[in-house]
Amino acid sequence: MSARDNIFKRLRERADGPLTAPESDFAVVTGRGWGREERLARFERWITSVHGEVIHTSCDAWASALVEVLEAKGIRRLALGREHPVAAEARAALAEGGVVLIDADRDIEAWRHEQFHDADAGLTSTRGAIAETGSLWLWPTPDEPRLLSLVPPIHIAVLDADTVEDTFFDVIERNGWADDMPTNALLISGPSKTADIEQTLAYGVHGPRELVVLLRHREQCP
Amino acid sequence: MSSARESVQTYTPREFHRQAHDALGNPQIRANFRRAMDGLMGKRRDVFSDWDLETLRELGASIRLRALAKLPDLLERLEANCQANGIQVHWAENGDEACRIIREICQRHDAKAVIKGKSMVSEEMHLNAHLEEAGIVALESDLGEYLVQLNEQTPSHIIMPAIHLNTDEISDIMHDKTGIERTRDVDYMTAAARAQLRERFMAADVGISGVNFAVAETGTLCLVENEGNGRMTTAVPPVHVAVTGIEKVVEHLRDVPPLYALLTRSATGQHVTTYFNMISSPRKPGEHDGPKEVHLVLVDSGRSNIYQDNELLDTLRCIRCGACMNHCPVYTRVGGHTYGTTYPGPIGSILMPHMMGLEETKDLPTASSLCGACGEVCPVKIPIPDLLVRLRRESVGEGRGNVPGAGVKRTRKEAAAWKGFQWLATHPTAWRSGAALAGKLRALAPSKLGPWTEYRTAPKPAKKSLHELVKRHQAEKAKREERP
Repeated sequence: MSARDNIFKRLRERADGPLTAPESDFAVVTGRGWGREERLARFERWITSVHGEVIHTSCDAWASALVEVLEAKGIRRLALGREHPVAAEARAALAEGGVVLIDADRDIEAWRHEQFHDADAGLTSTRGAIAETGSLWLWPTPDEPRLLSLVPPIHIAVLDADTVEDTFFDVIERNGWADDMPTNALLISGPSKTADIEQTLAYGVHGPRELVVLLRHREQCP
Repeated sequence: MSSARESVQTYTPREFHRQAHDALGNPQIRANFRRAMDGLMGKRRDVFSDWDLETLRELGASIRLRALAKLPDLLERLEANCQANGIQVHWAENGDEACRIIREICQRHDAKAVIKGKSMVSEEMHLNAHLEEAGIVALESDLGEYLVQLNEQTPSHIIMPAIHLNTDEISDIMHDKTGIERTRDVDYMTAAARAQLRERFMAADVGISGVNFAVAETGTLCLVENEGNGRMTTAVPPVHVAVTGIEKVVEHLRDVPPLYALLTRSATGQHVTTYFNMISSPRKPGEHDGPKEVHLVLVDSGRSNIYQDNELLDTLRCIRCGACMNHCPVYTRVGGHTYGTTYPGPIGSILMPHMMGLEETKDLPTASSLCGACGEVCPVKIPIPDLLVRLRRESVGEGRGNVPGAGVKRTRKEAAAWKGFQWLATHPTAWRSGAALAGKLRALAPSKLGPWTEYRTAPKPAKKSLHELVKRHQAEKAKREERP
């Protein structure tokens, strides 16, 4: 008998007999009923409490807000996708400036060293966010691969205010995650951090040292 | 000055008492743990302050119990869904088998360097040593695990592996082992570790991680972390091996948010961790990064044995948050290494006897004052104090005998003494005359009673038993009331 068979035999032929599964009541992790203002305020409060930076902007002006962030932080080389509207608009806005654009939609084997050593920042879109915990949700794609939000020292994420939901449970249920899980689904709440040296908080231990969220508000859109 | 650093030695649960004695006499260890545990208890209390914690714990417990009630079905479903997603699933009855499976995966890829995310199950089976014997270098990438590995130690806490070390000690370790300047600047040390480990991520042939929750419904592996080393480990090397215990499965994706909410708040008092990483497949055609192969190694190591017993089963609810150790007055005073086991503290004391047998671990269930704090803070409501008592009963042969090594502490003398006490306590006449006799002979009561009197004075029988005193009091009262 294989290890698998042995394990299943022991589990199936349980000495104390079959068990009854209890019911679960999920009310405590949903039904917050927050209005738009409160939802956004909570999102911002929580993500800034873990060192995330939130910049409010509009659908029109976000690309210039991006340019300002790049200037303020001295970012000379930006890794980004190509097809997603966020990447396409950023490319258009940055075409004239002196920022070097690094294509992220390439097999990592071809540019690993460049990604680890040369990119000052990575730009990604987001699918939404969670107000209760101040978390962004990302489903990396061929256009914006997994490591784009992890390896460069600064992660700039573009978030639409309308896509912020109350709780993680709400996000999973309302967006039908269980029917359609991608290769990698991510929640990101702030920059990388550690407290492994005597409980002292330090940022950027493996992933980004900084997380900047460009929060786009729709009412200011055409 | 004694230091937590110098304590590089082999710990074993057999030597619990000696190790506890040494730790209690080490002011550095006591200060490091006291400070850390006080901070963690406060942070947990604060982060749950605006939650209906009891309802959330109830939900967490129901999710884990449901998963256990359906365990074989869910494991089959997990396996089928993982395989459908392209994840290769392996089964191991014990740690040695799991080590062999992982080593063979590494060897198939001609791997020389392995990078590891935090995995307590890999600690449980001593994976690093096994790989080293095969000429494969396994490097820990969680900062705490990295420091502990540099110092040739094992983790002293399941969430904060280097909690026994203070900043100066860590500075010395990094200076001695990696050549950086001595410093008290935590940012400098963190940046140095980042630079050292980034090169190793790029060079690694295989990444090995643990799993916090494995979702049967979708075939998804969930990893909880703050540093990003877990994401690096599971996305940079060409092969990812996830290793976990068979009890980590949950039924639905919607079961995950409540457990995640409980885990981070209970563990470190965080409302959320920086990353929640959900992996459902290897790199798909057209995708540009991530491992081309993902393996899931499911390890039994005594878990299916625990599963047989209705009471012991609750041990398997654990989501490895460490809150029980953070709140344990014994753990806080003796530290994690003293237990000599992979999992220290209350959860270790109810889990390790099943993995190592009670012969090795007989002192662990008694390393508790049964104050109840562990049970009260457990996010999935494991009745840890009851399980400690159950294992004490098993160790003296008074349980069901289904824990390995049951009866190891049974002595004929002690068994006879309790039998005698039982008889006395159920025969009132004999009890009363016995108590009266003990009162008369109280001068002869021994002043030394083994370990009991090491730190305490021996109890002496009272001249008059409580029964007699009450009787006399009532007689006098009646006499007073008779008088006009």
